[in-house]
Order: sequence, then C-alpha cells, then structure tokens
Amino acid sequence: MAKHKTPLLDQLESGPWPSFVSDIKQECDSRAKNAKGVDYQIPADCPDDLLGVLEMSYVDGETHWKHGGIVGVFGYGGGVIGRYCDQPQMFPGVAHFHTVRVNQPSGLYYKTDFLRQLCDLWELRGSGLTNMHGSTGDIVLLGTTTPQLEEIFFELTHNMNNDLGGSGSNLRTPSCCLGQSRCEFACIDTQQLCYDLTNTYQDELHRPAFPYKFKFKIDGCPNGCVAAIARSDFSIIGTWRDEIRIDQKVVAAYAGGEIKPNAGAHAGRDWGKFDIQKEVVERCPSGCIRYEGGKLEINNKECVRCMHCINTMPRALRIGNDRGASILCGAKAPILDGPQMSSLLVPFIKAEEPYSEIKEVIENIWDWWMEEGKNRERLGETMKRLSFQKLLDVTNIKADARHVREPRHNPYIFWKEEEVTGGWKREIADYRKKHQK
Amino acid sequence: MAVVEFKGKKFEVDEDGFLQRFDDWNPEWVEYVKESEGIKELTDNHQKVIEFLQDYYKKNGIAPMVRILSKVTGFKLKEIYELFPSGPGKGACKMAGLPKPTGCV
Repeated sequence: MAKHKTPLLDQLESGPWPSFVSDIKQECDSRAKNAKGVDYQIPADCPDDLLGVLEMSYVDGETHWKHGGIVGVFGYGGGVIGRYCDQPQMFPGVAHFHTVRVNQPSGLYYKTDFLRQLCDLWELRGSGLTNMHGSTGDIVLLGTTTPQLEEIFFELTHNMNNDLGGSGSNLRTPSCCLGQSRCEFACIDTQQLCYDLTNTYQDELHRPAFPYKFKFKIDGCPNGCVAAIARSDFSIIGTWRDEIRIDQKVVAAYAGGEIKPNAGAHAGRDWGKFDIQKEVVERCPSGCIRYEGGKLEINNKECVRCMHCINTMPRALRIGNDRGASILCGAKAPILDGPQMSSLLVPFIKAEEPYSEIKEVIENIWDWWMEEGKNRERLGETMKRLSFQKLLDVTNIKADARHVREPRHNPYIFWKEEEVTGGWKREIADYRKKHQK
Repeated sequence: MAVVEFKGKKFEVDEDGFLQRFDDWNPEWVEYVKESEGIKELTDNHQKVIEFLQDYYKKNGIAPMVRILSKVTGFKLKEIYELFPSGPGKGACKMAGLPKPTGCV
C-alpha cells in the first residue's frame, strides 16, 4: 500500500515512455517487502516519502527542498550535494536526502558485477533511487542521510575501488564520448584521455581551489556526442589534418543504392533515391567536393572537417590518418553574463600519452584563471573580461586567423607601448611648439 | 532550528551544524565543533585560520576565496585540509562561525 496518495503523479504512469513514477513505486514495494532481509540504514519508506513530497510540489507548484546544504566526507571538499526537506515532520523519510556523485568509467561501460555491487551498497545505505547519469557524467546516488556518507565512501573506496565525483568550485568529473571503443569516426582515444586527465587532476577534482567550477569534456570528432563545445570550460574535440580517405568502389555502391545513406538513419521516411550531388556535394559547407563521372573528389585544403560527407557515407569516406584534437575554451550556461560555447584556442594538438602538450595548455590556463579569475567567474567570463588576447598570452599561443570567426569591426584597438614608436610619454609643450592653442 | 548546549553555552544551528548567527560565536563553539570536523587537538595554526576568516568576514561581509585564505595565512590548500579535514568551507568556516557556503556546491 502506498504511504501517500499521489493522484497527480499516478497520471504519469500511463503512456508509452518508461514511467519514473512506476519505477519509484516498484522500489517502494521492494523495500516494504524486503525479501532479502536488508537492515536498511535509512528509512525503508524513503522513496514513499519522496513521492509524497513530489506530489505536494505538483499541487503547490513549488519546490519543498530547503536552501543549500553542506555535507561531505573528510579529506574532500566536494562530491556530495546536501539536501533537506522543508516538511520533515510530514516526510521524515526524506528529512535528509543527500546526493552522492560517484565517478563513472569513461564511456559508461559496465559489468553487471559492478552495478550489482553498487546497488547492494545503495540499497543498504541509501534510498535505492539513482540517476544514471548526471549531466556531467557522474553516477548519481539519490538520497541518503549524513551519517551514511562516510560509510558509503568507505565501501566505495575499500570494496569497490571507486571514488567520488566532483562538486563545488573545482574540476568537475570529466566525461567523454565512447570514442574508439565503438566508433569509426573517433580521431583520438577519448576514454584513455578522459581517464588520464581524471587521475592526473584528482587533487583539483576533490578539493575546491578554483574561483569557480571547471569542466573537461572530450569528443572524438566534431559530431560532439558528449557536447564538449557547449558544456565544458575546456573542450577537447578530435580531428585530423591530412586527407579524408575515399573508397571509390563504396562510393559507387552508395550511388547505386546498395548502401543506405547515413547508415540508414533516415529510413523511417521515403526521401527518394540517394543523390550524392544533392545530399553530399551541395551540402558541403566549403563547396570543396566534386562528383563527376562516378568519381568523388575532395579538395582537402578547403575542407573544414565538418563531418557531413563522412556521416552520410561512413563506409566510403573515412577520417584521415594524421589525427589529433582541437582545444576550445570557455563554454558555460547563461549565468551571469550570457551563455557561451567554447572558442577555438588550439587548432590542432597531438593527443598521445602522456598527453603532456594538452596538460601544458590546461595548467597554463589554470595558473592564470586561479590568480585572475574573480569569485564565481567562469573561465568564459574571465576571457570576456580580460580578453582573448590575454588567454593567448598566458598559453603562449600565437594569434592566428583561425582564432576568430571574423575580425573586429570596431576600431577600439589596444597597442602595447613597446609596439608604438616613441612610447606613451609625451610632453604637451613639445606639441605646442608646432600647434598653437 | 536545533539548539545545542556545550559547557553552559547555547548555540542555535542549522541541519549542517553551522551557527545561525555569527555573533553567537565564542571559543567554546570551536571546542564543541572540532570533533565532528575530525580535529583532535586545536593548534595555533587552526587558530590562525579561524581568526583570519573572522577578520575577513567582519571586514568584507563574505568568506574569502580559497586563494586569498592560502595567500594570507601562508597555508597551501593541502595544509588547510591537514588542519581541517572537511576543507576550508565545511570545516574552517563552520568553526569560525561564518554563514554556510552557498551556490552550486
């Protein structure tokens, strides 16, 4: 029997999409039955009370969580998001409802052994509810009490060899697309790089030392399957700098209709016969493809590596062999001064272990931003305030046409004093000798 | 709000054990909190951090950024965690009686 009446939430059990309400109710039943005889360390009816408080919010149209919450584990300054219900008498099961961020494996590949062990831990010491996964990538354990935090942390580290993720003004949990594990577009080993950076910067991840949060995300190619360009302060995006490899025989197979374009992604609708001229050549943003006499040619010098032709004919066209990544900086959500996507900083960098070149860029940026960044100022905002030129200076990167989409149109141009003959020190009296007042 | 009593002093605190009012702070508070913050023995170094946080808060009305705390006290972040295992926010600020850190933590 449900502990609280939830008429509004019950409506969300109909319809074809997997219902979070049905799932939570199932967990409520499972905890009520307790078939395994678990000695629940937080109230067994925690998920019931969660539904209760959520129903109340549906009625009121207002949240019922108190402001903030500062809890954690010794040694770390982040990893746990504290939260308390503002109606603890009515919903004692969620009086404490802290969220634990657990660092996920790159690419989110699991064995059932690991997930079972994690679920056993969470069933005993938590609500039994999770978020797989948080937007930043973490495994999210949703709802437990303060005394359980150190217990969970002990078991995670001692029995599961797993650590917490990041929260607060620090390096957040890095994440990546699944990369070379099962994608022929991947220009770099995103998983390896993600794992390496996560391990290298454990201190920066667990102990907030930054002006504000900072995120890494790694995409294997410009398709952006982890959305690095929009959701990370430091976006690493794989690319190549030689030529797209063309298999003319397979191009002919596409032209002949033997292979479906875009690997059949548009099979749900009749778009007519595949037309390479219309769907590839004329769609190329730089117009650098020619298809004549059954032969596809690409002027690679003009190619911007947008992925369109490769995406459309993945079996005929392949990424080049000289691979690396671009680094872009500064993406952030709107608060405070408007949303930003990352801006190109390093057009091409090799991405090979031990990734020293990439780490040098990271650390140069941190040295600067940690010193100059204002309280709660994202890197993207520091770039706006102190200029892109400053970012180039501190990373020792020479300005390049690729750093801008277009040159500035205003003439408010700063010069360094040493660049100007005679410098800034002038005597008005000297001027007056030639120009009367 | 809960009220805790220690050595004859009363303190009003929130769920996370932060003082509700900075003015309620007194040395007994530090004695009371230290155990729950994983601190066995209070040293001069602890005092130095606490005093700086309080001075800064009185002067500026906010807690200092970590960078400033390190610079002024001379303690690297690692040393601050050695002193205060839960870190400068949950550990040191709580003991100094400053308001609970807020934002996307």
